[in-house]
Amino acid sequence: MNLLDLDYMLGLVPVLLSYLPLTLEMAAAGMVLALILACLLAVIRVLAIPGLNAATILFISFFRGTPLLVQLFLFYYGLPQVFSALTEINGVTATILGLTLHFSAYMAESIRAAIIGVDRSQTEAALSVGMTNAQLMRRIVLPQATRIAVPTLMNYFIDMIKATSLAFTLGVTELMGATQKEAAGSFLYFEAFITVAIIYWGIVELLAWLQRRLEARFNEAYQR
Amino acid sequence: MMVVEGLFKRFKGGVVLNGIDLEIKQGEIIVVIGPSGTGKSTLLRCLNFLERPDAGRIRIGDLDVDAARPRKADILALRRCTAFVFQNYALFANKTALENVAEGLIVVNRWPKGRAHARAREILERIGLDDKADAYPASLSGGQQQRVGIGRAMAAQAEVILFDEPTSSLDPEWVEEVLGLMKQLAAERQTMLVVTHEMAFARDVADRVIFMEGGRIVEQGPPSALFSTPRDPRTRDFLRKVLSSQAPLES
Repeated sequence: MNLLDLDYMLGLVPVLLSYLPLTLEMAAAGMVLALILACLLAVIRVLAIPGLNAATILFISFFRGTPLLVQLFLFYYGLPQVFSALTEINGVTATILGLTLHFSAYMAESIRAAIIGVDRSQTEAALSVGMTNAQLMRRIVLPQATRIAVPTLMNYFIDMIKATSLAFTLGVTELMGATQKEAAGSFLYFEAFITVAIIYWGIVELLAWLQRRLEARFNEAYQR
Repeated sequence: MMVVEGLFKRFKGGVVLNGIDLEIKQGEIIVVIGPSGTGKSTLLRCLNFLERPDAGRIRIGDLDVDAARPRKADILALRRCTAFVFQNYALFANKTALENVAEGLIVVNRWPKGRAHARAREILERIGLDDKADAYPASLSGGQQQRVGIGRAMAAQAEVILFDEPTSSLDPEWVEEVLGLMKQLAAERQTMLVVTHEMAFARDVADRVIFMEGGRIVEQGPPSALFSTPRDPRTRDFLRKVLSSQAPLES
């Protein structure tokens, strides 16, 4: 008895890889949108803008405090029931929306921590030479906050790529959905899911390599 | 040149500056001494609006700032005429030594990068760090970092440079090179207001020494008079304590 049907697995790889672009598109769109939203939320929190600050705290509390799967179902199945205009929402859009809101809540906190983490005395030094708040943010604080935030943000990006697999519960045929279909047709569940696991793993390792290069570049200024 | 009237600052714990009047002349070197927690650093920080004074008036050049109701533009203008040297150097960690010195010229004075870097290079030569132009702060010694901090203040071409305990965070081996640079600036008659515990520096370099306690100026005068014949018992008490722990002043 064969433990693994290797020929089947090798044949499966190109089939599954043809669904990879959709997975990466959802992750990339989610990451870009989540980053923009998270930066906004973080600045609101750091500057403690009245009114918006309380709303931001509530937003972060909800999207960090409920499962992503619940949020996805809420957007895809729940919202169209309340807002008839949203009956058109498709699974891909709902997934990107869910990933964006869910991960922006986490990322906002890590960006806020990074901004606070930049030595306060450098802010004073920038003020003392006559810079405005906007100038010192752009020239001194944000470049250093970016360096501090990269490792945690990359962590969320990795998590987000894997979380796109939940889109299959909304009927989207992406990497995970395709695997499920292939496995159901061949009954070779173990082979199919170990293959897709290796594909996810490979993507994440590629990203980890990218992260190491990015960090090395950011750390140049801090070598003793 | 710079006139401070009735400067008043209260923190949650109590009054830190209790009506400071001070006049600084062009080219004057003033050293402020006194026990810790008596408002010396707060005075400097208020002059640069790193702390916001509660009341008082600061005049420098054509600028006249009501400390209780400063306009944003006044604060920026005041900061441009008063450069600051920090106890912990506070260099921009993401910038090289050259960029640290040039940054204010580029961002605040809107100089083209080339011109700002040329000026910064001149300053690095004057402070003896031209070979460290491309080094980041993390790779510099404490003494070198503080000299870059002073270079950054020099670049601003401010009317007055405020030194907030510039040698207090330094290992003893680096203190001399920083004091040496400050003496060089003093010899060029750069107006400076220095908070320090270096009594020998005060005696050798200052035109005037100010003794502060409890948020007030208790006594001031030329170092020769203040160190040899202090009038106020609080000054005498402080000098006795400090001088017994430092090397004797007679040289």
